[in-house]
Amino acid sequence: MQWAIVLLLAIVAPLLPGWTVFLLSVALAKALVVLGIGLLMRGGLVSFGHGMYYAAGAYGVAFAMKLMGIREALVLAVLGLVAGGLLASVLGMLLARYRGLFFAMLNLALSMMVYGALLKFYWVTGGTDGMAVRQATFGGFVPPAGLLRVAYFYLSLGVVAIVVSMAHRLVRSPMGYLLRALRDNEVRVNYMGGWVEQTIYRVYVLSGGLAGLGGSLVVLNVGHAVPDFAYWSQSGEFVFVALFGGYGHVLGPLSGSILFEFVRSYAYKVSPYTWQLLLGAMLALVILFLPEGLWSLVERRMARRDRWGWSWRPSS
Amino acid sequence: MGVVLETVELTKYFGVVKAADGISVRVEEGELVGIIGPNGSGKTTFLNLITGYVRPARGSIWYRGKDITGLSPRVVTRMGIARSFQIPQLYGGLTVLENMLVALAIRAGRSGEFWRPLQEDARLEEAMQTLSEFGLEGAAAQGVSSLAEGERKLLDVALSFALKPRLLLLDEPTSGVSVKDKFEVMDRLVRVLKSSGVTTVFVEHDLDVVMRYAERVLVFQEGRVIADGPPGIVLSDAEVKSAIVGTG
Repeated sequence: MQWAIVLLLAIVAPLLPGWTVFLLSVALAKALVVLGIGLLMRGGLVSFGHGMYYAAGAYGVAFAMKLMGIREALVLAVLGLVAGGLLASVLGMLLARYRGLFFAMLNLALSMMVYGALLKFYWVTGGTDGMAVRQATFGGFVPPAGLLRVAYFYLSLGVVAIVVSMAHRLVRSPMGYLLRALRDNEVRVNYMGGWVEQTIYRVYVLSGGLAGLGGSLVVLNVGHAVPDFAYWSQSGEFVFVALFGGYGHVLGPLSGSILFEFVRSYAYKVSPYTWQLLLGAMLALVILFLPEGLWSLVERRMARRDRWGWSWRPSS
Repeated sequence: MGVVLETVELTKYFGVVKAADGISVRVEEGELVGIIGPNGSGKTTFLNLITGYVRPARGSIWYRGKDITGLSPRVVTRMGIARSFQIPQLYGGLTVLENMLVALAIRAGRSGEFWRPLQEDARLEEAMQTLSEFGLEGAAAQGVSSLAEGERKLLDVALSFALKPRLLLLDEPTSGVSVKDKFEVMDRLVRVLKSSGVTTVFVEHDLDVVMRYAERVLVFQEGRVIADGPPGIVLSDAEVKSAIVGTG
């Protein structure tokens, strides 16, 4: 299923207008962050601070370019993953002990500290001006100007395809089920000899790494890292999209992210002053009528097809 | 026959309530011990103390020669002590089979595995076999929230049993089960437990159940063990009767 979507996007993308390709690249990159947040949500944990890992990835790329002169796109993406994962591995030691509102708010608090640091250490981070990120290279080559967007798009698509299929394995693995189990009944996990904190810590680091990876890909597309990456409203947007697309299936965040970026662009164009209202109404409708997110619509359809005796099955 | 569990002068007060007031008990390998006593006599606290959920104020707990006083439930479980609960503790969002598979994956130390599916052939086979021992194979695909209370109790015990413990603690396995089904549930449990040879301590407030299934009875009252012996002898004792039934 996920491969069909990837293939479709890969074929269609070069035919689309440039701004659409750009929007798709950003949406794909942000889908990685949402996917990480969705994994935590499967364990019953909502983070309102993943903007900080997103920013860690973006600034990681900016610093790697500025200080080390690294320009290779794939290397920069991996560095973003490492930057997000490293920050999460430190903060996760504290956060893995908290649940519910405390977990959500502590993430928020820490992310606002990161935001403050990015803002105030302006001689290092450029403050509100942020840091510029130059064109990346692909295997040593700089793509011609007309093809750069498409090159970034294929990079994002490739990374997303790999990550989504890995996540798909993870949610069906013992660790994926343990996440759902500890959301349902942490006491019982303890009384089976399972290690709740360790599982949460690992998934937290993973989600931080994915957010960093997403941030690095976005900043390559946008060309500019700013403190707003770590701002709470950005973190909130990721949670918004996770609910919007649905986190029950790994394709939920992907479809949610793509649709969200396009709806936002159009909403902004149609009503520049009330576009948030449109987004809010959209989420309210999804929560009311599709509580498991947009993707549940697809899953329902597939279940119906199955009943009618189609041989073709969805991949989960 | 070694000693599986020994508690020495276990003491725990909750305010003025004496939940455990110097409990010294020794359980031998392969025994099936019933604990009976009125509400608030410290039966469940005793299980909570052993499994590390509650720390004793004084006294010590020994499991197969090792001091396990103050260890966490996770560590105690890993050492081979499993328990079931008065109110079944299940994973409500998962099916019966998935509940069992999670237990087996944790037991095998595979809960950190993220690459291979939970539903592996060997694991599925063992899960179905364990479920069928408890008569739950027909409900395997059901969500646990749709089970009848008796089935939930059985599954709760089955999940603990699947951990292959050396010592199994059951907290009121028949509470919430209808009078009609009570003996059926216990028959099945005891048959499985006896055939596996696991040492079992079960808390029960139902006199008939203890009388019929326990090989040895401990009577609790106000955090103390007031009688200890075969059910036929212990339960005919006048003091014990008055403690449990409340009449002389």
